Amino acid sequence: MNKVSMTVNGRTVSADVEGRTLLSSLLRDDLHLTGTHVGCDTSQCGACVVHVDGKAVKACTMLAAEADGADVKTIEGMANADGSLGVIQQAFRDYHGLQCGFCTPGMVMSAAALLEENPKPSEAEVRDYLEGNICRCTGYHNIVKAILAASGQQVEAVAAE
Amino acid sequence: MYNFDFVSPGSVADAVSALQAEEAQALGGGQTLLPTMKQRLAQPSTLVSLSGLSEMLGVSSDGGVMTIGGATTHATVAAEAGAYPALAGLASHIGDPAVRNRGTLGGSLANNDPAACYPSAVLGSGATVVTNAREIAADDYFQGMFTTALEEGEIITAVKFPIPEKGNYQKFLQPASRFALVGVFVAKYADGVRVAVTGASEDGVHRWSEAEAALSANFSAAALDGLSVSADGMITDLHGTDAYRAHLVKVMTGRAVAAAA
Amino acid sequence: MPKDGGIGASTKRREDLRFLTGRGKYTDDINLQNQTYAHFVRSDVAHGTINSINASAAEAMPGVARVFTAKDFEGVGGVPCGWQVTDRHGQPMQEPKHPVLAEGKVRHVGDPIAVVVADTLEQAQDAAEKLEIDITELPAVIDMKDALQDGATKVHDDLTSNLCYDWGFVEENRDAVDEAIKGAHHVTTLELKNNRLVANPMEPRVAVGDYDFSTDEHTLYTTSQNPHVIRLLMGAFVLGIPEHKLRVVAPDVGGGFGAKIYHYAEEAFCTFAAKAIGRPVKWTSSRSEAFMSDAHGRDHVTKIELAMDENGKFLALRTDTHANMGAYLSTFAPSIPTWLHGTLMAGNYTTPLIYVNVKAVFTNTVPVDAYRGAGRPEATFQLERVVDKAAREMGIDPVELRRRNFITEFPYATPVAVEYDTGDYHATMDKLLEMSDHAGFEARAAESKANGKLRGFGIAHYIEACGIAPSNLVGQLGARAGLYESATVRVNATGSISVMTGSHSHGQGHETSFAQVVSEMIGIDANQIDIVHGDTSKTPMGMGTYGSRSIAVGGSAMVRATEKIINKAKKIASHLLEASEGDIEFKNGEFTVAGTDKSVAWGDVTLAAYVPHNYPLEEMEPGLEETAFYDPANFTYPSGAYGCEVEVDPETGKVTVLGFSAADDFGNIINPMIVEGQVHGGLAQGIGQAMIENCAYDDQGQLLSGSYMDYAMPRADDLPMFKVDHSSITPCTHNPLGVKGCGEAGAIGSPPALVNAVVDALQRAGHDVTHIDMPLSPDRVWAAMNS
Repeated sequence: MNKVSMTVNGRTVSADVEGRTLLSSLLRDDLHLTGTHVGCDTSQCGACVVHVDGKAVKACTMLAAEADGADVKTIEGMANADGSLGVIQQAFRDYHGLQCGFCTPGMVMSAAALLEENPKPSEAEVRDYLEGNICRCTGYHNIVKAILAASGQQVEAVAAE
Repeated sequence: MYNFDFVSPGSVADAVSALQAEEAQALGGGQTLLPTMKQRLAQPSTLVSLSGLSEMLGVSSDGGVMTIGGATTHATVAAEAGAYPALAGLASHIGDPAVRNRGTLGGSLANNDPAACYPSAVLGSGATVVTNAREIAADDYFQGMFTTALEEGEIITAVKFPIPEKGNYQKFLQPASRFALVGVFVAKYADGVRVAVTGASEDGVHRWSEAEAALSANFSAAALDGLSVSADGMITDLHGTDAYRAHLVKVMTGRAVAAAA
Repeated sequence: MPKDGGIGASTKRREDLRFLTGRGKYTDDINLQNQTYAHFVRSDVAHGTINSINASAAEAMPGVARVFTAKDFEGVGGVPCGWQVTDRHGQPMQEPKHPVLAEGKVRHVGDPIAVVVADTLEQAQDAAEKLEIDITELPAVIDMKDALQDGATKVHDDLTSNLCYDWGFVEENRDAVDEAIKGAHHVTTLELKNNRLVANPMEPRVAVGDYDFSTDEHTLYTTSQNPHVIRLLMGAFVLGIPEHKLRVVAPDVGGGFGAKIYHYAEEAFCTFAAKAIGRPVKWTSSRSEAFMSDAHGRDHVTKIELAMDENGKFLALRTDTHANMGAYLSTFAPSIPTWLHGTLMAGNYTTPLIYVNVKAVFTNTVPVDAYRGAGRPEATFQLERVVDKAAREMGIDPVELRRRNFITEFPYATPVAVEYDTGDYHATMDKLLEMSDHAGFEARAAESKANGKLRGFGIAHYIEACGIAPSNLVGQLGARAGLYESATVRVNATGSISVMTGSHSHGQGHETSFAQVVSEMIGIDANQIDIVHGDTSKTPMGMGTYGSRSIAVGGSAMVRATEKIINKAKKIASHLLEASEGDIEFKNGEFTVAGTDKSVAWGDVTLAAYVPHNYPLEEMEPGLEETAFYDPANFTYPSGAYGCEVEVDPETGKVTVLGFSAADDFGNIINPMIVEGQVHGGLAQGIGQAMIENCAYDDQGQLLSGSYMDYAMPRADDLPMFKVDHSSITPCTHNPLGVKGCGEAGAIGSPPALVNAVVDALQRAGHDVTHIDMPLSPDRVWAAMNS
């Protein structure tokens, strides 16, 4: 067993984990943060994307032990302090960027990482950045619009239908 | 996944000694190894994490050579290898953003997936693979798909890339995995042109010597006109026949030459 | 403008608040005290005889509760099939047993052989490696036509052959169709495949079984589109548990697309095993496991012939299809290539004579059942491809050829047994041509040509049949279930409302759109209305969500129940207002006496219903709760025109979708935002089928596309921004909302539009290519260009 401790959504947590325990398992099973979803076993769907030390990673493809000492942020940490939806979350709701909601946590986390790196992305840059996030419901149309809106751009100007 | 002991050594020397344990294996970014282990296709007793080793991190250039630490992530290379634009460009399109934040140069090269991007850059640049024990020329390093010159327990600490006058990487995506169905890395040096192909061959990454000769004489896509690529030994699978891959090798090489900067 | 929260408003979804903050509750988020984990050991060969299973070493492994094999299920029923098709000769289909765990033989890669249940999943997996399973591999049949050869290996030894049924429709028209084709001016023939697909909802399937010894009650939490159907099938046909002792809960479900309609062995297993070991049993599918255990979709091989007169008027249509059933009959599998496919072969056209032959075939592959569209995409694809090919052969513009044959008078009885109530196909075609700037295409094509690319434009027009019904008709067609829907409207004392619906939302947003309907009818704020679904202990018996039926059937049930509520509330109001019932008007949540200023508010009436101090107790019971079961009189018939513009890279064969326009007629619309989202998703799946998705087996029956490494899922950069329109409205004439359904349209109309566009691009460039089988992956397009 490995003793790990880390900050998750601003809270310090520690746990004893096996070598094989994935970060996604630690979050879901031990910390009961079930917003991080697991949709595949080949590191492709992106439903499990979280931020580790400010960078988007796939929590299903990182060992919990590798996150020892890290600052982890999950979908549960994305709302404003007063509990209201954050800018990206609100944009997803306003633009109907989600349907079944299963890929949504990973989408929001990836979107946040994108806007951190590239505050005013083009439509093509948004689509390119979402390569590792698969959505089966929306056809991405409204996800792309939501992210462009969250960036403060005029959606119709950058993503003409 | 089978269970294993997780070890996070503080130095390359510690990592090397930890890898002496029976069935111990190095863990880079884990972007290929962990999915493989989830399928129970690998059963190491110990995983020795290399990702925190400061000796193996970073991108630097000196005297026309770019040195990249073995534990450097694709994202870091994409951001910091500006002195070698073809290499930075290649790194910026490996996998997806989250994979690039974890996956490492050393991990990719140690695995030598026949459809991975990095092997083509290393071979196409005539780079030198630096390990804890020795330096290995790219032409000696790659020995067929998933096979390299690395000994048991040997760690890639860095790779030294001679920076070419011009270079470019063109990847044609396999639509599902987004690995290279065919990827071609072209690099033009003062003493000649190197062309390395990934994704296409049953022997893994390889050089296309006819194209190298033609491009060394005349570095333009037109120089490839008379050449043809044999389908023998090319991969046939769900996503493309050997003939299609052979065709793409030429198309992608031409595009890489045209785009080389 | 409709008021926010009412019918026609793009009300933002209430579901989003929990999904966007990580507080959705999906089945895998449910963990019960003392729970165990099930690991299924599945066949790695496509066909084989199980000689022996020795579980003693596995059972001795740490943490193992028990190992289950087929012998534990002796006396337990097989997984049932919900639809019996009768063949051309009046005989019932061949229907093999589908055991929960393989009995004696394995019949496809992924067929479950044994299950290890242990304290942790890892322990179950470790122990599974100690199972000694001796299997003799047998030759497998993968190709449908091979499977029908004399002497072919049989998937099921106790059946006479691998032919499930040979269905003819309409059998009486067979000779007339043959005659018409023989004598026609021109016959266009096309042979094509409809590729096998995997639905791939992003949430893999999960089942958690629980048993309470104190009450003898079973509970199954499962990723289902229709928990009541699972309760009925599993309780009555597999495990013998009466409904009152069996609760099935489908909480938040992460997409379905058909794959979560069916009753699966894993559900029955977890329910059964929980009682057997006295602890809850949880199974979570991995994605790799999903590829070999979720029902697949489509997989048809078809020859279609279209006969025309010299003006391109369609005279007759004949199709001959082989439909893959896989190794066992999934819940609704037999109905898909027959009643959901043959009945749609008229499309939007007046073709007077149609004959459809379908041979359903068993093979050593994963069972095939409905996937978004279910039969209708197969019908639309072949029809819209053959019409396009016919247009080229006849030298008639593809738009014009379609227009010449459009049905224009409604109701219209087709020669394939259905009656379209309404539609305006010219209107959707007009809209499409405008949206897609069809007039400007030639200029864009010239621009592409200048850049070394080949541009093409393709059109498809579709019809679909949604809200399949009525129950007495589908019963005659072989359905073993009714196809009504239910709703209970429970008005609380203070006026808030809980609506319990048999429909199930797994992404469709019912909690929002259903509330809009009731809000509009009652006149209270939508936030005062809750939609409850997904739990058999809370909702009336209902049939669930698939076939674009929820608003048309489930919504109608809700309207009927709400009408009953309003009728009773008016009676209460008339008492309170001391007026005759006939004078009571109800509007915006207020009851008034016509022609007076006397009124009583909704909340006063509801309070009176539950605190009946001033109440006509001698005439009416107190309370305000009503249930309705709605059984539609007919299908609904959404239709639309789809246009796709592509560019082909002639050097690589890569197709890029530059634009996609969809002009739909869904009848009336409740929430435009949600409707458009449904179309977007359907388009992505249809474009995925046409461009990149392909579930492939090798000739030994090994799955070549068993993970996302080889099964291509559409990504954001594979798709363009879509143009969608639903302003062409011909309301459905036989349901109270005038709605038709919108969930599948996008997946139905888009594949032929895309293939037509690629063929157009290649033909414009001088390539003699008349068809390419889906998916139009770069290698296939390149091969077609260079053949």
